[in-house]
Amino acid sequence: MKKTHLHQAHLDAGAKMVDFGGWDMPINYGSQIEEHHAVRQDKGMFDVSHMTIVDLVGPESEKFLLKILANDVRKLGDGKALYSTMLNESGGIIDDLITYKRAANNYRIVVNAGTREKDLAWFEKQIKAFDASITERPKVAMLAVQGPHAVEACLEVLPSDISKKLASLKKFSCLDETDYFIGRTGYTGEDGVEILVPQEKVIELWNKLLQADVKPCGLGARDTLRLEAGMHLYGQDMNEEITPLECGLGWTVRKEDFNFIGADALTTLRTQGITKKMIGVVLAERGILRHNQELVDENGLTGIITSGSFSPSAKVAIGMAIVDKNMGENVKVKIRKKELNVKCIKLPFVRNGKVLI
Amino acid sequence: MSYVPDNFKYVESHEWIEVLDNGNVRIGITEHAQNALGDIVFVELPEEDSYAIGDECGVVESVKTASDIYAPLTGTVVAVNDALEDAPELINENPYDDGWIFEMSIDDANELKDLMTAEEYRNSIEDEE
Repeated sequence: MKKTHLHQAHLDAGAKMVDFGGWDMPINYGSQIEEHHAVRQDKGMFDVSHMTIVDLVGPESEKFLLKILANDVRKLGDGKALYSTMLNESGGIIDDLITYKRAANNYRIVVNAGTREKDLAWFEKQIKAFDASITERPKVAMLAVQGPHAVEACLEVLPSDISKKLASLKKFSCLDETDYFIGRTGYTGEDGVEILVPQEKVIELWNKLLQADVKPCGLGARDTLRLEAGMHLYGQDMNEEITPLECGLGWTVRKEDFNFIGADALTTLRTQGITKKMIGVVLAERGILRHNQELVDENGLTGIITSGSFSPSAKVAIGMAIVDKNMGENVKVKIRKKELNVKCIKLPFVRNGKVLI
Repeated sequence: MSYVPDNFKYVESHEWIEVLDNGNVRIGITEHAQNALGDIVFVELPEEDSYAIGDECGVVESVKTASDIYAPLTGTVVAVNDALEDAPELINENPYDDGWIFEMSIDDANELKDLMTAEEYRNSIEDEE
């Protein structure tokens, strides 16, 4: 199994490890609920070095991204980040990713670990028509430090010249210094940063953050945090069989120059009529919502829970669901032999430490 | 190595069985099982009904996953641990005591002979730990 540079540090911190897409990764360090609360209320850190980092350079880099991404990289100023989906010809989602613009025609892209091979193959295939090149950065480690006090802790431990710049770094922006690439981005619904450093520097950084009382958090807490924040997980809340217009990601699809891969399929879908939408559901009775449970309303319209779990912040079961766009108010979920009532809501469930349901 | 009390019996589905003085049995899940599940957030307690050996009779759910509970013996559920409704984490904190799940009156005491001893259960989980 593949290991990140911090593997031993995780074991030393008491991590329980699991196979995560071929990577031996921490699921928790004892209690994933405590880790969840640490991020919502204070600060926590996640080793996300398993994620795939690629750098894109060359005079036609922007043109290439306009072709393969549904969002519009022309919106990006230097040092800004953009969330986008990457679609196939049918409009299905190959992956979701973050693109950081470092300078004109110079980008850093972070894609999911589980989709690495197909993403790299897709990049290789599509880039042939452009004067641009893509290079994977397997030796760059990535730490997500998240929570209302996460940035403070980073300011304490990072070199003073970096800290000075980080102090004024705006949300969805990045700092691009030698050895430190820091995005004020994350996957928890809290303030925080994602720090990319050469892997030989990451153990020292991890240890300094530990000393600054930043709690190590596993992939378990990462999942409940992103779910509460209404953030999609590739492979569950979206896949190649669904378009961004049908799973709550229409906001990431650009309006102008509708000529990216998959755009024609989206236009056809719009003409024919979009029949599905993404909503949030809260279980009104005792139990837990899970991936693939079925929903049905009073008129027989249906839907499916794409991500479900217990919300440690709201202390109820919550889920993201793809449902018929005319889904009514009285919705039930099938759990084993029972049909239980759920409340439908607009995502997210929690943002910046506040429960919204 | 997870704690496995010597005076209990066990089944492969990681449940422990304590024979009570009145001949009934008390059932819960093992330390090893609660540790594998992680933070437990919901327990669907068995109905007070009769079950055959191996029947699904309840569910323990952690944040991560759901795990069925099976009747380890043939008999009737005579009591359930209501405290778990509001405090399912008792199973994490004290799986062999406050975290008990249900009690059964059993139909055939001979079935007890087929249960694993503590030693046998320890051996069965050794590879997983």
